[in-house]
Amino acid sequence: MTTLVLAEHDGQTLQAATRNAISAAARLGAVDVLVAGDNVRGVAQAAANIAHVRTVLLAQAPHYAHQLAEEIAPLLVSLAEPYDHLAAAAGSFGKNIMPRAAALLNCPQISDLTEIIAADTFVRPIYAGNVLATVRNPGGKLVLTFRASAFDAAADTGGSADIREVPATAAQNLSRFVRRDLTESERPELTQAKVVVSGGRGLGSAEQFDALMTPLADTLGAAIGASRAAVDAGYAPNDYQVGQTGKIVAPELYIAVGVSGAIQHLAGMQGSKTVVAINKDPDAPIFAVADYGLVGDLFELVPQLTDALKQV
Amino acid sequence: MKILVAVKRVVDFNVKVRVLPDGSDVDTGNVKMSMNPFDEIAVEEAVRLKEAGKASEIVAVSIGGKKCEDTLRTALAMGADRALHIETDVPAIEPLAVAKLLAQVARQEQAKLILLGKQAIDDDANQTAQMLAALLNAPQATFAGKIDIGTDEITVVREIDGGTETLALRLPAVVSTDLRLNEPRFVKLPNLMQAKKKPLEKSTPADWGADISPRLHTLSYAEPQPRQAGVKVANVAELVSALKAAKAI
Repeated sequence: MTTLVLAEHDGQTLQAATRNAISAAARLGAVDVLVAGDNVRGVAQAAANIAHVRTVLLAQAPHYAHQLAEEIAPLLVSLAEPYDHLAAAAGSFGKNIMPRAAALLNCPQISDLTEIIAADTFVRPIYAGNVLATVRNPGGKLVLTFRASAFDAAADTGGSADIREVPATAAQNLSRFVRRDLTESERPELTQAKVVVSGGRGLGSAEQFDALMTPLADTLGAAIGASRAAVDAGYAPNDYQVGQTGKIVAPELYIAVGVSGAIQHLAGMQGSKTVVAINKDPDAPIFAVADYGLVGDLFELVPQLTDALKQV
Repeated sequence: MKILVAVKRVVDFNVKVRVLPDGSDVDTGNVKMSMNPFDEIAVEEAVRLKEAGKASEIVAVSIGGKKCEDTLRTALAMGADRALHIETDVPAIEPLAVAKLLAQVARQEQAKLILLGKQAIDDDANQTAQMLAALLNAPQATFAGKIDIGTDEITVVREIDGGTETLALRLPAVVSTDLRLNEPRFVKLPNLMQAKKKPLEKSTPADWGADISPRLHTLSYAEPQPRQAGVKVANVAELVSALKAAKAI
């Protein structure tokens, strides 16, 4: 089995989740990596250094600069012939591009898979993570997206893959990139962080969210997440959202503050190793999945916890 | 401009589903079913565009068993003009098959904008819109948080990891909705009554010349290992020492 993994990058750096996708794909056999962009030889070099990578395919053209699905999907299709699987990490990047390539190839896709049973059999969560489906591809090419938090990252050194330039496909010009607005943050990336502190509606306002969650996160070197209720209420930006419709995280430690624990939220964090819940409602569903629960007023407890952690 | 909206009937988002004891399927008998929440947002957006004078007609389409008619009636009650029900008893139709059917419908209807939810909350696939755009050779904007209609272009702000991205698409285009796009309206009883008089046309996948047989085999379904509830600690000091003992900090 050979797999072509589509690398996610911002033109300068390879996104960390690509390394998780590479290590997952390596369990299926040989792995080649496609780096597409404009002037991205540096990214290709970084991909070539990653453990398990056999060859890096480098496709450079101005119309690949913004990684539009309309431009990248035909490129994947032009390279697909020798591969059994086309794959990417299941972030917003992979979710956007891979199904388009699958349809052009008339082949099915298995999304967001969390376990490899055999080269043709995979496990993926459905119904917001409440059910695990074991799915088999009876034959033919297959498109896969891997849930990054379910697979270890491949080491970013130890590889010595060749870089091979491949011809660019013709520009489609169906869509036009206008702008990108990224949330500025010095913190670890939410889906990769070892510790995540997550705030819910219980925080009451954007000011209180910031005043309580930021010092706690700083003390732990943690990423900050939020429940959908907190995001909808405007306490935290959209891309902080953890859950079925937001990001899936599986850190070593997940601290849920003022989060009730709706099914939708649990889908995004129940793979965490240790879960702590701080909530004033002793019957909140979050306590049913928390290893350590603390019932009480979060406005008193969170500053106390932040202070206590500073002493550790 | 004609808008096509695809809606799916799914187990209601508040229901905690169970797997049948033999692992052969998910128990969906006698559980509450609703329109997929992301599709409600797609219908709402279409209706708002019509109310703003940007759309002339809204056609809702659903593929599946007889009861999908209820889902389409809800879309009509929200403000869709007419509905197409592609009726089939084939369970769990795969996104690629759905996309092939929708592509045929979009071509026949000459729809300028096709709105879909970004994912169905049962299969969580997040594939159909992208596949449909590919089959139509149309541009796509997935995970839309804001849509602006221009004369022959639409501008869409997408939710991406790390923030947002803005794209301009040539029409016809396919857009999949994120939760933030809008707040769907509540359907009132008089609207539901009126919706019964709106046209709802039935057809079958064969009428559209599409093969919807599954490409993948689901071998089994299982419930994940439940996370056990742990302990409640009395205060912050106890919490910190417990976390230390567990080597979590």
